[in-house]
Amino acid sequence: MKVYLLKTGVANVASVTAAFERVGATVQLTDDPSVVQGAGAVVLPGVGSFGAGMDALDRSGLGAALIGRIERGAPTLAICLGLQLLGRASEEAPGVQGLGVLPADSIRLPRAPRLPHFGWNTVTWQSGGTQDAAPPSGEAYFAHTYCLRDAGTLEDAGWTVAKTTEGSTFVAAVERGSVLACQFHPELSGALGARTLARWLQRAVAQGASASSTGVSPW
Amino acid sequence: MVKRRIIPCLDVRDGRVVKGVRFQGLVDSGDPVERAAAYEAQGADELCILDVSATPEGRSNAAATVVAVRAILGIPLTVGGGVRTVQDAARLLEAGADKVAVNTAALARPELLAEIRASLGAQCTVLALDAGRRLDGPSRFEVITHSGKVRTGLDAIEWARRAAELGAGEILATSWDRDGTGDGYDLELLAALRAAVGVPIVASGGASHAEHMSAALHAGADAVLAASIFHRGDFTVADLKRTLLADGHSLRNNP
Repeated sequence: MKVYLLKTGVANVASVTAAFERVGATVQLTDDPSVVQGAGAVVLPGVGSFGAGMDALDRSGLGAALIGRIERGAPTLAICLGLQLLGRASEEAPGVQGLGVLPADSIRLPRAPRLPHFGWNTVTWQSGGTQDAAPPSGEAYFAHTYCLRDAGTLEDAGWTVAKTTEGSTFVAAVERGSVLACQFHPELSGALGARTLARWLQRAVAQGASASSTGVSPW
Repeated sequence: MVKRRIIPCLDVRDGRVVKGVRFQGLVDSGDPVERAAAYEAQGADELCILDVSATPEGRSNAAATVVAVRAILGIPLTVGGGVRTVQDAARLLEAGADKVAVNTAALARPELLAEIRASLGAQCTVLALDAGRRLDGPSRFEVITHSGKVRTGLDAIEWARRAAELGAGEILATSWDRDGTGDGYDLELLAALRAAVGVPIVASGGASHAEHMSAALHAGADAVLAASIFHRGDFTVADLKRTLLADGHSLRNNP
């Protein structure tokens, strides 16, 4: 399956590309909103900072395309800062509006002994007994200073939430259908990360197949 | 709580691992891709590649090495050596690095750290600090450059503090006095750095067994880096983790 990776500035695009290739996907970079709007699978990687990231998404029109596809449940993966950009705002860039897909704001991780929160930490999905098993829990790699914390509000909005604790408990990832957003880096999280990416990819393939059978091709 | 990290380091020149490598039988332990894959399989939490080439040709070979390692590596990769500009740092990220270590160029122009942070983020910006005990007062540390040929007189702890303020998201602290000796990390250096900065510290220089690593973690390091003990096959990462876990350190234990 082809995965479209958003080119929004300098990110660790090579790491994300390599990780997807290892689980059998082909990766294409794009900064074209019409491609993002219609693509079967789209990845928003982490870029430098919230302000610069939103600026890039706003100017390119990619932000609106992302909101559209996430609202209709099209397979989308956001990584690290990508997760924060889906929220409403961030302490990192006061006054800058996020994409607002997630009803939560990013704040500086409270009570962390050290920031940035660099390294491996335990991710625990709250599976909530849904028929679809949650993505794998375990140790994943983080590299961030800001985070979302309103797990309850996100759950009320229909998201399954994973949590991690470093000084305080924060949102490690959220998932709703084929939309997955991770504060950790699945592309750098060894075997657990590879399983997380492969699972998201399988869901995207399944969704593409069912969309094709109804005559609406997301490709 | 975040785990402590074990980071094997590959010193690479012209596409080959050059430090502390012994060529034995049919196993070519000097190939960076083979080493990287082996260390990830052993449970390494991160990998570091330091380009020790001195020539432009060597530099482009190093970029090719990063590309090749990235293709197979599923854990974070820090790359250092010869980073003088934001463009150098961006090129390494494009090749497949997740973090970029800056050393001498930041001493000449400290704003480089702020520039890399602004354009790539603090999570990509690592200060590589080579520190040695002062000849005139061994309880203090100064910054050492040019493979030990230059003792700058600059206070190493003060420099680390300034670098963290400017934008370094991590300090890779190598003890010039201990590097290559196998006598253990310089614990006083680590403790002094720990007291001075709030960003993660990676201890480097001097490790020959797990007890050295344990002591460095107790002294305040968040991660421990080593090269020769892995390349020589003295220990696998898994061996060291077993000992450190038994010592009560919090580590990722499922490779």
